Amino acid sequence: MPQNADHVLDHLELFRGPEYQQMLAEKKRLFENPKDPAEVERIREWAKTPEYREKNFAREALTVNPAKACQPLGAVFAAVGFEGTIPFVHGSQGCVAYYRSHFSRHFKEPSSCVSSSMTEDAAVFGGLNNMIDGLANTYAMYKPKMIAVSTTCMAEVIGDDLNAFIKTSKEKGSVPADFDVPFAHTPAFVGSHITGYDNVMKGILEHFWDGKAGTAPKLERQPNEKINFIGGFDGYTVGNIREIKRLFQVMGVEATILCDNSDVWDTPTDGEFRMYDGGTTLEDTANAVHAKATISMQEYCTEKTLALAANHGHQVAAFNHPVGVTSTDRFLMEVSRITGKAIPEELARERGRLVDAIADSSAHIHGKKFAIYGDPDLCLGLAAFLLELGAEPTHVLATNGSKAWAEKVQALFNSSPFGANCHVYPGKDLWHMRSLLFTEPVDFLIGNTYGKYLERDTGTPLIRIGFPVFDRHHHHRYPVWGYQGGLNVLVTILDKIFDEIDKNTNVPSKTDYSFDIIR
Amino acid sequence: MSVTKTHDIAEIKARNRALIQEVLEVYPEKTAKRRAKHLNVQEAGKSDCGVKSNIKSVPGVMTIRGCAYAGSKGVVWGPIKDMIHISHGPVGCGQYSWAARRNYYIGTTGIDTFVTMQFTTDFQEKDIVFGGDKKLAKVMDEIQELFPLNNGITVQSECPIGLIGDDIEAVSKAKSKEYEGKTIVPVRCEGFRGVSQSLGHHIANDAIRDWVFDKIPADAAPRFETTPYDVAIIGDYNIGGDAWSSRILLEEMGLRVIAQWSGDGSLAELEATPKAKLNVLHCYRSMNYISRHMEEKYGIPWCEYNFFGPSKIAESLRKIASYFDDKIKEGAERVIAKYQPLMDAVIAKYRPRLEGKTVMLFVGGLRPRHVIGAYEDLGMEVVGTGYEFGHNDDYQRTAQHYVKDGTLIYDDVTGYEFEKFVEKIQPDLVGSGIKEKYVFQKMGVPFRQMHSWDYSGPYHGYDGFAIFARDMDMAINAPIWKMAKTPWKNVPEQTLLAAE
Ligand code: SF4
Ligand code: SF4
Repeated sequence: MPQNADHVLDHLELFRGPEYQQMLAEKKRLFENPKDPAEVERIREWAKTPEYREKNFAREALTVNPAKACQPLGAVFAAVGFEGTIPFVHGSQGCVAYYRSHFSRHFKEPSSCVSSSMTEDAAVFGGLNNMIDGLANTYAMYKPKMIAVSTTCMAEVIGDDLNAFIKTSKEKGSVPADFDVPFAHTPAFVGSHITGYDNVMKGILEHFWDGKAGTAPKLERQPNEKINFIGGFDGYTVGNIREIKRLFQVMGVEATILCDNSDVWDTPTDGEFRMYDGGTTLEDTANAVHAKATISMQEYCTEKTLALAANHGHQVAAFNHPVGVTSTDRFLMEVSRITGKAIPEELARERGRLVDAIADSSAHIHGKKFAIYGDPDLCLGLAAFLLELGAEPTHVLATNGSKAWAEKVQALFNSSPFGANCHVYPGKDLWHMRSLLFTEPVDFLIGNTYGKYLERDTGTPLIRIGFPVFDRHHHHRYPVWGYQGGLNVLVTILDKIFDEIDKNTNVPSKTDYSFDIIR
Repeated sequence: MSVTKTHDIAEIKARNRALIQEVLEVYPEKTAKRRAKHLNVQEAGKSDCGVKSNIKSVPGVMTIRGCAYAGSKGVVWGPIKDMIHISHGPVGCGQYSWAARRNYYIGTTGIDTFVTMQFTTDFQEKDIVFGGDKKLAKVMDEIQELFPLNNGITVQSECPIGLIGDDIEAVSKAKSKEYEGKTIVPVRCEGFRGVSQSLGHHIANDAIRDWVFDKIPADAAPRFETTPYDVAIIGDYNIGGDAWSSRILLEEMGLRVIAQWSGDGSLAELEATPKAKLNVLHCYRSMNYISRHMEEKYGIPWCEYNFFGPSKIAESLRKIASYFDDKIKEGAERVIAKYQPLMDAVIAKYRPRLEGKTVMLFVGGLRPRHVIGAYEDLGMEVVGTGYEFGHNDDYQRTAQHYVKDGTLIYDDVTGYEFEKFVEKIQPDLVGSGIKEKYVFQKMGVPFRQMHSWDYSGPYHGYDGFAIFARDMDMAINAPIWKMAKTPWKNVPEQTLLAAE
């Protein structure tokens, strides 16, 4: 009996002993009708070959291990970035349970969101009554300042009309007539979570700027000197938004962060559960129409939102999740250009420190090959950073990347000698990536938690940068934007590189050399 | 210290009743009426918990429930390791449930086992408009080509499938024929069906009946010789290895486990189950349907058991043994005796640290009642419990065998209600899911996830109980909970004592 009270063994050790091992081997032999081990081995080897890769890339219908989620997830992300706002997803309730779990697993925080709980009868008769009752209940129970409505694919397939439903609900008294209920249709079968983010951002801004669905006069824009800042769907939102606020403060830039979830996903444990915390105030959101410019950190998260801002006369600027020296330079210089505020010496020194750190460590990164996957903007930001480190982003893959995105990545490759042998893969999934890692191996893989399966199968060490990260804690609290953020990313990459060197040189009497104390 | 300990039962009941009234006040009238039926205070001697269950959740209240797809793909089918389960529809559902349940298994993932992978038809707008049957057929072809060692395929329907009129049964049949009778199972578990995960369990059970059992050729050669001691474990999903720490006990008492449903299970095991002499059923909620079916069709009796905590384990081992001869009955006694010293040591170590602590639960399936015995073995008291998707038969079992007089009962609890209940009752521990975990931890209340075992486990069986005890102790007695309150903001109660 392996278990004992003094040193309790859990699943990490319990099943390794002979009792369980024997039991499991017998189970397999007698009852599982297992495949011939030689055949399993043959297929395992075959799946590593160029021939398999070719078949794998010839897939037209099947998706395996995608690196994207569905629109309403992005909708919920965007909604909770506003003061006192509860996301209300119209459709089946199961989806909402999934979004809440997903965010809680990443941020290790509560994630509040309600559903209109549509069931079979709603599929037949439409979900109007669910909307009427749902809004009334949410309003009464959770006392929000705003309810941001989006949809699951069920509501989309049956064609529920949010605008009309919300209007009717208000007429029926579910919420006061002047209560803010912005909405966006977020069909799961179009785009991905970044599309949902965009749709809801646009929906909320449109609501406040363009007359609240015909219930209020449109705002008359009176341009001021402020700028709007939009972060996009970002697993590092907590650290990043705080860093951006600091940068703006240092520069003396007056900015409205549109969608600020840095507090709601980083609440203290002090005896009180804060369902709402921080967030962009509704007043600021409305007044954002007067800004002189709107800046997005993630172009592919905000295509429609930026178009809306441009239509309202804003200057717009879009970045691609800027990471590292050059990208941060560009971002700050653009902010400076737009606002007329000089970049203070303090930031020049921060920049110098990042350059210093790269100079100190570059020898360990230079020439290393990386595979990257993630959301389109994050891929661009990380690829650009690797290029400036003298590394090669050999494979860059975004399941939710478009053709236009791929062209942009290619242009980035073309801009650097280190990009010469790099390739971009739009619309591909992590099973494609598996083939790439077997047939054109790289030194490191950058991706989210699911990359650990690739690490296990292909032996490519995984550096966890992306969303979701479920199996490592607290990294979302640190920025990856700004020079400080660049430093964090640099250190994350370096730590893995050094760990790998040590791991590969620590066999006594075989590799005592190279196991160095100074690097 | 919880309020419960300081008051007598009548006071507790009065407090709980007042609490229910207080909570209901927040709702609009219609909702208050509906929710009132789901909340109650247990009366000793009653045959059920006096709550309505398995009815639609109220819109907009933040129900904790999931959907039928979660019940089928996430619970019943997903763990069958040598089959490929297609999340059929848009990308989301499969993505969020990808490898999230820790259904442990042994195998070469991606080659002959597929549990921790996400296969999806990733519906696009055109699939909604023109239908997805062609795409589904093609997906099956591509699976056959790229994953040739799969032993079968299931189609787990997401919401749109049933709304756009796709015929997944026809596709499955045609492809099964094309691939020489390959097992291909269409499952109509669209998320809008039913009111929770529960209907998904039922639909998934029925799919096994119709598309696995009923497809076994009458003349199929048996894969093994049967014995009089063959049993199947039904309704254990091997979360953190639960089914393994259960199986080992059954085998030690002389039984032979021919199938695991469905944690670490395989298609061959499903197919062999009609040969079992007894089905032993852990999660009644999710697999009573197929157990009843096997009883009717194949004459296999089934026996519910509970492997949480030594009291219930011993009771269950004896109950299971009662279906067999003396050899097995002696085996059960031998197993109980073998583990007694371990259990004594675990209880000696942890009970003094946990004695008198109170717990509030809200989970799915069988756990809102089944774990109560394990807590009691540690001297703890469950003061509130409820089911995410229980039916009346669950509440009957709960009332008749588990809960104490005065326990607060809440069915399909809303986020708001649960928060208020915990705030007022101040239990020493809350056991629920990931969506609830951080809410209560923020409030300074120790918490364990009781779906995923908070990434620990197994909790089943004797080996599991040691882990359960360790985990509850580490949750409740973690030093951090003493630091949750900011010291300079509190009236420090302890100071007077310390000053004496
Ligand atoms: S794909 Fe559709 S059914 Fe699935 S989680 Fe997303 S919205 Fe819900
Ligand atoms: S108890 Fe729950 S979590 Fe467990 S299997 Fe049954 S349904 Fe699920």
